[in-house]
Amino acid sequence: MKLRMKLDTGAKALLDHQYPSTLDSVDQAEAAILKAAGEAGFDEDEQHRIGMAVRECMVNAVVHGNRYNRNKKVLVGVNVEKSGSETNLVIRITDQGEGFEMTEVPDPLHDTNLLRHSGRGLFLMGAFMDDMKVRKVPPNGTEVTLVKKLGSEKS
Amino acid sequence: MSVKLNTRQVGDVTVIDVSGRITLGEGSSALRDALRELTAQGHKKILLNLGDVSYIDSSGIGELVSGFTTVANQGGTLKLLSLTKRVKDLLQITKLYTVFDVHEDEAHAIRSFAA
Repeated sequence: MKLRMKLDTGAKALLDHQYPSTLDSVDQAEAAILKAAGEAGFDEDEQHRIGMAVRECMVNAVVHGNRYNRNKKVLVGVNVEKSGSETNLVIRITDQGEGFEMTEVPDPLHDTNLLRHSGRGLFLMGAFMDDMKVRKVPPNGTEVTLVKKLGSEKS
Repeated sequence: MSVKLNTRQVGDVTVIDVSGRITLGEGSSALRDALRELTAQGHKKILLNLGDVSYIDSSGIGELVSGFTTVANQGGTLKLLSLTKRVKDLLQITKLYTVFDVHEDEAHAIRSFAA
C-alpha cells in the first residue's frame, strides 16, 4: 500500500491506492481510511461514521460497479483539503464499472421500500458524511466523493 | 472479527446470541443461513440478541429485514434484543426501528412472545 505526503499543493494526501475488486479490498480500504481519519483528528464516533460510508462505497464499487471483475480496479484517494476557512477530509473512490443514474436509485425510506433487502448504501453514505458527490468518469467508471468536515458535529 | 452465532432455547422462544460484525460476506450469510434453518425447522418465536454486535452495514440491515419477513411469512415473529447505540442509531435513520419489536430486557422480551 502506498502512503504518501504531498504538502506543496496545500492538500495533504493520506492515501492513494488501487484495490482489486474483492471483498477483502473493502476491509482493507476501510481499515486504511479509518487510520487516516484518526491521524486527521476525527474522534472515534466520527471515524466509525466515515468507516461505514467508505465500506458502503467500496461495496458498491466492487459488487455493483466492477462486479468482482479482477481486471478492474477501485481507486481510492484520501486527502485533507482546505476550502476557504474549512478543512475537510476528502475521500474519492472510483470504480471502472458502467455507472448508474442517481435519479433511478429508489428512496430506501419510502414506505414501499422499507422492507427491501438492499438499496440503503448510498443513503447511508450521505447520512454519515457532510457531503457526497457522484460523477461519471469517461469512458467507464463512477467517482464518488465523500467529504467530512474536521470538527463537524453531523451524525 | 467476523460474526458468531449461538442458539439457545428459552421455553418456546429461540434466542440467537449474535456477536461480532454483520457485514457483507461471511457475517450476513451466517445470519441468513441460521434464520432460514430455524424457520425451516418450524421455529416461530425467534429473539435476536444483538448486544455484542459491534458493527452492522447495509447488507447486515438487509439480512435483519429479510429475516423479519421470512419468519413472518412462516407465521412466526422475529424480535430484537439489546441493541448497541450504534445499531439503534442505524435502525432509526433507516426508519426500521419502529418496524421491529425491540427489547432491552431478555425476560421481558421472552414474555412478550406470549402476549
